[in-house]
Amino acid sequence: MAIKTEEMVLNMGPQHPSTHGVLRLELALEGEIITNVIPHIGYLHRCFEKHCEAMTYPQIVPYTDRMDYLAPMGNEFGYAIAMEKLLGIQVPERVDYIRVIMAELQRISSHLVALGTYGADIGAFTPFLYCFIDREKVLNLFEITCGARLLYNYIWIGGLSHDLHPDFVRKTREFIKEFRPNLKEINDLLSHNRIFIDRTANVGILPIDTAINYGVSGPNLRGSGFKWDIRKDDPYSIYNKFDFDIPVGEGKYGTVGDSWDRYYVRVLEMEESCRIIEQALDQLPEGDVQSAIPKRVKPVVGNVYARVENPRGDLGYFIISDGSTSPYRVKVRAPSFVTMQVLNELCKGYMVADVVTILGSIDIVLGEIDR
Amino acid sequence: MGFLDKEFTDGNIVIAKVEDLFNWARLSSLWQVSFGLACCAIEMMATSASHYDFDRFGVIPRPSPRHADFIIISGTVTLKMATRIKRLYEQMPDPKYIISMGSCANCGGPYWEHGYHVLKGIDRVIPVDVYVPGCPPRPEALLEGLLKLQEKIRHESMIKKTA
Amino acid sequence: MKKAEEIFQLLKDNFPASNLELKTDQPTEAIIIASPLEIDKICFFLHDAPELLFDDLMNLSGVDEPKAGVLTVYYHLGSTKIKHKITLKVSTDRNKPEVSTVTEVWKSADWHEREAYDLLGIIFLNHPDLRRILMPYDWDAGYPLRKDYENPEFYQGMKVPY
Repeated sequence: MAIKTEEMVLNMGPQHPSTHGVLRLELALEGEIITNVIPHIGYLHRCFEKHCEAMTYPQIVPYTDRMDYLAPMGNEFGYAIAMEKLLGIQVPERVDYIRVIMAELQRISSHLVALGTYGADIGAFTPFLYCFIDREKVLNLFEITCGARLLYNYIWIGGLSHDLHPDFVRKTREFIKEFRPNLKEINDLLSHNRIFIDRTANVGILPIDTAINYGVSGPNLRGSGFKWDIRKDDPYSIYNKFDFDIPVGEGKYGTVGDSWDRYYVRVLEMEESCRIIEQALDQLPEGDVQSAIPKRVKPVVGNVYARVENPRGDLGYFIISDGSTSPYRVKVRAPSFVTMQVLNELCKGYMVADVVTILGSIDIVLGEIDR
Repeated sequence: MGFLDKEFTDGNIVIAKVEDLFNWARLSSLWQVSFGLACCAIEMMATSASHYDFDRFGVIPRPSPRHADFIIISGTVTLKMATRIKRLYEQMPDPKYIISMGSCANCGGPYWEHGYHVLKGIDRVIPVDVYVPGCPPRPEALLEGLLKLQEKIRHESMIKKTA
Repeated sequence: MKKAEEIFQLLKDNFPASNLELKTDQPTEAIIIASPLEIDKICFFLHDAPELLFDDLMNLSGVDEPKAGVLTVYYHLGSTKIKHKITLKVSTDRNKPEVSTVTEVWKSADWHEREAYDLLGIIFLNHPDLRRILMPYDWDAGYPLRKDYENPEFYQGMKVPY
């Protein structure tokens, strides 16, 4: 007589230490093997797009901060790029340089949280503390620039809210000098740790074709071995002036496109960000950072789509203007929102414990998924 | 400051009220539900991490609400999430405390006017002990909020309810 | 790399019967206007044609335009192989908003379409799982991003306005 079996449904979240926020996953299990994952999102839906329709253009900047709250500078940057494209503003060179420096510092701090929490998810708690030490140093740099630790409202349409602090350049150089050995330490502690590799290599393999079809972007796409970076392939601002590489997953410990590859691409990207920052600091021109800020933002009727490379991937802003001082419609293409859809493909056939590994490796931020 | 906070050099007898003993024990080992909502959760994480070190106040994050003494509502509470938070709160054993962290949890924050899906203040669903203002509050502000909560617990009475 | 005019010409040649239009008076990018029930066929063509290869759906956004009495969907397409971009637009009647789904072409369209349904009430025909996504499943006060949306006073006993 055959044993009667039935599928088990397991709820993970919205309160769960490894879902990186308020995400609910409905896991369908056959024993310990996952057959289906249904993500339920919207627990942090803060009506960003409705707010945009009620605010004036400059007022929207602080709201963009609160979408991907691990990379507010990147969000502001994307919004400023889109608005400047619509208004036809050319910003001073110094503004471009400072924006790039800030965006890359933000990439470092965001990836540090990603690595730290990923380690903590898998059971390595110490790297989390190590990563947060360096992250605090980046936050201090932001703090002397604009006064805020987490949400900056720094990059405005056509300029910046403040010029750099006189000490900023020196302190940033010091930070990079200290950070490089620390990065090696994190590598020794976590990246090449046997237990960590056993947990992450060959888990959650994402082939390139699937990744592109699902719209996966950023480090997750590059982890699959596809060299695609908006900074190089659809350059914006002044990224074409800098010399940097695009790290891709190589399958060092397992298959190309596994969780370890996605993780390691982030480690390598931090090194590339350091290179960009160093070059930008060397070339940093003088000038007035507020000269191009428009007194009244009132674009012509029309629409614009602009995208930038955020730490989590391809962040796009679609703005429709009806000729008034506030937008008719703003839609944000949030990288995590799009990437989240691929979770089901990644998790099928793995164990329950691997869901945490896979979810951590795609590095989501719920603020941006739900907006 | 009760007797129990003083240091003794040699063996002795301490006479204290049961109330003081309980309060002292409670406030020195507050276990927190490890639960983050939005941007403030990142500052809460920063507070528990190396630089600010929440641990020195006896705060240890527990993944299950059934082990916890207090919960920090760290971020925007949406209507969809509010019912879940209420359930989390109901699962916590008494005595239980709530710190509302950041403007969003206090009153809706920047989303108060047009946020069709945002709950304008967590106190519409569950009672709050300490409000920490800021968007987001700095880790120092959260620490201050915790000290305020400890102060509140220190003066609690087993018979008479304090406000 | 193809310009919008060339892409438009290619589409015209391959879909002679459909009602296509090219709009170039935008301050930024040109837009091709298509019909809502044919958008899936057009997208299949754009995705598969070897000289176009639009393999990346960058964005899909719904827009409410009550003055014209329509709901509009914008598709921003890009190609990772040829690196060109194009924007498509379809408009559908506000009272019976129906658009063919493009989830068969790009899997990434799934949640974008669910979001457009959730916030604007655009119905995507043949979508595999058209449910609310951001708002609660039991939200019955309408579609929040419509211009004439009014917020309810209470939801599950909780007061909604400030």
